[in-house]
Amino acid sequence: MSGAAGVPLWAALPAAFLLVCGGLLTVLGSLGLLRLKDFYARIHAPTMGGTLGTGCVLIASMLVSSAVAGRPVIHELLITLFIMLTSPVTAMLLMRAAMYRSRD
Amino acid sequence: MKTRPLIPLLPPVLLAVWLLLNDSLAPGQIALGVVFASLVTWAVARLRPLPAWPRKLYLVFGLSLRVLVDIVRSNIGVGRVILGASRRQPLVGFMQIPLDMRDPHGLAMLALIVTGTPGTVWSGHDPEKNILTLHVLDLQDEAAWIHIIKHRYERPLMEIFE
Repeated sequence: MSGAAGVPLWAALPAAFLLVCGGLLTVLGSLGLLRLKDFYARIHAPTMGGTLGTGCVLIASMLVSSAVAGRPVIHELLITLFIMLTSPVTAMLLMRAAMYRSRD
Repeated sequence: MKTRPLIPLLPPVLLAVWLLLNDSLAPGQIALGVVFASLVTWAVARLRPLPAWPRKLYLVFGLSLRVLVDIVRSNIGVGRVILGASRRQPLVGFMQIPLDMRDPHGLAMLALIVTGTPGTVWSGHDPEKNILTLHVLDLQDEAAWIHIIKHRYERPLMEIFE
């Protein structure tokens, strides 16, 4: 079984919905970079894509690959784990650097 | 000193990661995973002599659920702020929160939770006075943030790690 035709409807519909949601959230987060005016406000916006955005895409991926493989496929959980471990560290480093730069 | 659970946190987590990576529960993979997990734990012990030894691990499930709900909620909040930014720029600002937790693993988890949730970034911690500096995107209600950090996150983390 190959291609989109192999995905049953019960998995394809929620997966498509989740992908659209994830995409919208990530776009909105990136839009925040444009619309917010300084660094301290901007640092919060892309976290949206990094949390719920990726979350939606990963759940969609689990749904589709489980449906195609005919058994639970959950190793996408690892991506969640690694993102949860790494992206806050970057945010904290950026924050500390900005605070150091703007100190009196 | 309270009683410790039988094994530290790292080896079982590494084993779970190994099994997930290989996407299999075959006995051979489990044996290989146990070997790798013990080797890595042994090697890391020199870099980080203080192992994480959570006492009430079952509380993690409730906490994760709570964090998940908060992530969804604050995504909506931050999304609203971004969409409304042309009319009103958000009121960004730092705030100081005194903490009671001392355990370094609990503090690290708190840092990950706070920074991983949109709208707040952990931006400093004074180890002597145990005061957390938090940066908040929309600083409307300072008392509400203190309540969230202290009651929703810090208390369960203290129960897990201390």
